[in-house]
Amino acid sequence: MNEIKTVDTRGLSCPQPAMLTRQAIQKLDNGTLEVLVDSGTARENVSRLAKNAGWAVTMEEQPEGSCRIVLKK
Amino acid sequence: MKFITKGAFISSISRFLTSRWGPIITGIVVGVLAPVLVKLGNPGNMGVCVVCFNRDIAGALGLHRAGVVQYIRPEIIGFVLGALIAALLFREFKPRTGSAPLVRFLLGMFATFGALVFLGCPWRAYLRLAGGDWNAIFGILGLIAGIGLGIAFLRSGYSLGRSRPAPKAVGWVMPAIMVTLLVLLIVAPQFGRDAGGNPIGPIFFSTTGPGSQHAPLLIALVVGVFIGFLAQRSRFCTVGAVRDAILLRDSRLLYGVLALLVAAFVTNVILGQFHPGFEKQPIAHTDGWWNFGGMVLAGLAFTLAGGCPGRQLFLAGEGDADSGLFVIGMIVGAGFAHSYSTASSAAGPGVFGPFAVIVGMIVCVVLGFTMRESKG
Repeated sequence: MNEIKTVDTRGLSCPQPAMLTRQAIQKLDNGTLEVLVDSGTARENVSRLAKNAGWAVTMEEQPEGSCRIVLKK
Repeated sequence: MKFITKGAFISSISRFLTSRWGPIITGIVVGVLAPVLVKLGNPGNMGVCVVCFNRDIAGALGLHRAGVVQYIRPEIIGFVLGALIAALLFREFKPRTGSAPLVRFLLGMFATFGALVFLGCPWRAYLRLAGGDWNAIFGILGLIAGIGLGIAFLRSGYSLGRSRPAPKAVGWVMPAIMVTLLVLLIVAPQFGRDAGGNPIGPIFFSTTGPGSQHAPLLIALVVGVFIGFLAQRSRFCTVGAVRDAILLRDSRLLYGVLALLVAAFVTNVILGQFHPGFEKQPIAHTDGWWNFGGMVLAGLAFTLAGGCPGRQLFLAGEGDADSGLFVIGMIVGAGFAHSYSTASSAAGPGVFGPFAVIVGMIVCVVLGFTMRESKG
């Protein structure tokens, strides 16, 4: 029902995962955002960026080795 | 119980290195050990230079015949293997490929053309500055300008597209190449000599010039592995440092580079290796314009490829075959740079150096405008 916007950064090189997340949270302002990452670097960069922008960050490991990061504000 | 303690110890190291302190610690380690490697035999202000060392490897393999820059540098081997060890230990060894590999090969070549006009990669640019070589200021300004241009392309939608998970064997190719290089370094096979008494290869080692200057093999290898391990965990990147500070207002990596600069400066002073000035700097020339121009190209190519040459080696150690191909592109590019006189020497830019920079800029700008993620 409530649509959650997804940013799929899997397979992208630096700095695109963090850059795409930054663009999305600037556009969204508040609400819920889901970011898919598949490297440790992207996971750290995305969560650091979101925390610094005041978003709450929760991470869910996915079975195929990627990670779903849920951002809320 | 013992297992839990060991696991907790390892994960606490990992947490520390992935925190904001990780790049700072890595920067300090590089900043201290690079001048120490110079003291132990490496060329001046070249304790670690990824481009120069790949160029020496290209020469040792006979890809160019510039007799003064031929040696298989153990530091490069160590960077990949150290990152591999860290990636295996922390479950980050993820073989992957498919993100425009051929374009990455080209970017590796052109980044090397640019860096060899300046005479150093970003790592050496910072190390040269910390040794008092003021010519490096032009190189670093060029690097920042090149990164800035790369950021403009990233903002306009530039992307090399997505990599995909690949079979395990793909991720082991670069580590296997590095082990092969190590064997070639130790065995140094010789097929004989020509009529003039010169070695005919297949492996060439300089007897004079920078290629003949090197720290003891085992020490250089261990330093390389140590740095590779730390950098894989801390995500240390000398190009990402500037890029993230400008693009994302994130200075985590920038503090790592600043730590490197300060640590290298202090170590150079202690070891008597700080010699401020423009003239007579080791393996450097004083042409400010081309020191700048070469690094604009290098900075742009590294940014378009997602990271500095060291970072490409660390990613290759994690199983990223696209970064591996970037590294191969660097080695091949170094072969061309010396065969076609585009690399500089202490006397100044090579005959075709400026031409190579202009061609490289055209190629990189065309890629910057045209590479977009293909949908569907």
